[in-house]
Amino acid sequence: MLTLSPEDWTAIGVTLRLCLFTTLILLGIGTPIALWLAAGNSRLRSVVQALVALPLVLPPTVLGFYLLLTLGPQGWVGGTLQQLGFDHLAFTFSGILIGSVIYSLPFTVQPLQQAFRQAGRRPLEVAASLGAGPMDRFFSITLPLARSGFVIAATLTFAHTLGEFGVILMIGGSIPGETHVLSTTIFAHAEAMNYAAAHRLSLLLIGAAFAVLFVVYLANGRRSPVVQP
Amino acid sequence: MTLKVSARLQHPGFALDIDTALPTQGVTAVFGRSGCGKTSLLRIIAGIERSADAQVRFGDDVWQSGRKFVPLERRRIGLVFQEASLLPHLGVRDNLLYGYQRTPQHLRRLEPDKAIAQLGLEPLLQRNIDQLSGGERQRIALGRALLSSPQLLLLDEPLSALDAPSKRDILPYIEQLAGNFDVPVVYVSHAAGEIERLADHVAFMRDGKIDAVETLEQALARPDSPLFNDEGPATVLHGELRSTDSTGLACFQSGSLTLRLPATGGPAPLARLRIRARDVSLALDPPTRISILNHLPMRIQTIRPPCDGRVVVEGRLPDGQLLLSEISGWSCQELGLTPGTLIYALIKAVSLLD
Repeated sequence: MLTLSPEDWTAIGVTLRLCLFTTLILLGIGTPIALWLAAGNSRLRSVVQALVALPLVLPPTVLGFYLLLTLGPQGWVGGTLQQLGFDHLAFTFSGILIGSVIYSLPFTVQPLQQAFRQAGRRPLEVAASLGAGPMDRFFSITLPLARSGFVIAATLTFAHTLGEFGVILMIGGSIPGETHVLSTTIFAHAEAMNYAAAHRLSLLLIGAAFAVLFVVYLANGRRSPVVQP
Repeated sequence: MTLKVSARLQHPGFALDIDTALPTQGVTAVFGRSGCGKTSLLRIIAGIERSADAQVRFGDDVWQSGRKFVPLERRRIGLVFQEASLLPHLGVRDNLLYGYQRTPQHLRRLEPDKAIAQLGLEPLLQRNIDQLSGGERQRIALGRALLSSPQLLLLDEPLSALDAPSKRDILPYIEQLAGNFDVPVVYVSHAAGEIERLADHVAFMRDGKIDAVETLEQALARPDSPLFNDEGPATVLHGELRSTDSTGLACFQSGSLTLRLPATGGPAPLARLRIRARDVSLALDPPTRISILNHLPMRIQTIRPPCDGRVVVEGRLPDGQLLLSEISGWSCQELGLTPGTLIYALIKAVSLLD
């Protein structure tokens, strides 16, 4: 049966914390980026779009490698932090959180951008003519019209972070309670030939990922597009 | 008071070059073919389309000039677009109230109940937005714009996506805008009929430029008016439509003139009748024993030069209004028509503008 070691439970805790924080941070950063990208076409937008999509095609190890160099004690960010009297970020939870945010960026930005484009400019023009300022328009028009886009973006980001491995291994190593997440724990179990433990966590991860995706697609499919009583 | 606009826009294959003052009394129509820049002009007035060196002044309010740019939400403009633009995530009532709720109390000039009653929206309030017809959607869009108590209403071909019954359904409401709600209207359209029915002034637009801004009377008095491109010259009479009498005919009273026409719909205090010049024949003697319902005496004022063998004769009716008749140059010669001749105009067909 599913008997998990305390080490496994810690890893689950770290993983959930990482997924949650990554999703929240990315919704905050991704929304303005997606709004800007959806607002028009220009060369600068294409550049930004390509940068946002990079994590989709790069091996996670490449990203992790450069992040390790940047965030570590010799790196630009890590070094500056150390000079200021803080710790560098390699092999820390903050480090893998930054890695996750960058790595999952396209999974937030692309669905949002799609949803904003689909909502179109017309409702915003109408709202402006009726006296709604930019913030008012965002909350009363953009947000409700792109609601399903936000649900999909949040889900994909959460689920994608759940399965992250390469970046975390590169920046975080595998420190229990700090950077030891589910995927790296499974790797450790397998390395140690502890296949039963690896199975338990793997099955748990498959089940969780499927459940999250299923619930979202179910809810999204059932709601016919924006109908209100 | 006027709406002054000067703007230049350069898109591939299209240039806009405008420097004009549009009247803000009643309905000012902007007339021109599709693609002549009517909508761009409207978008510049609204501040949706940014043109760096544009100048837009509404009366004493400067909306755009140099570095000054007042965003749309602070211009207090009501917009109604060609296609239904109801906010899809809101119900009918919330759509209607969206602007009203955002209008400061002291600027509100219209209460929701009054607008709902005047636009006949009561039966629509409980309906789902998806189940509304095109005409009903436009009526709601109109009510929503009015409820934000705008200083100016911009209508961008609001009828062009509608079928004929829906048009008839909504036109009376647009007609009363300037009068009942006291809002100047800029009405963009490529349909001469709509303009003849609604407009007080017409701005003619062609290839990104405004050729002329005229009153409707002036626009209808010149033979080469672009309004005549489709159906030839025509006269528009303003008057009152009285109810149907025992003969089944309705009476149209314009000054001292009375015209009879087949009844359509009910009486209307402000109606416009359109008489195509080619539907008006001329006779030297008072016609008797003839089936044509309407004949009026008039004195020839001008005979325009022939074109394709046809001439347009302008006559003054007894009450001073102008009536155009298009006859063959040969008939004109045979009858010996000259300016000053008293003749009888036989009106074969009239149509109520709707």
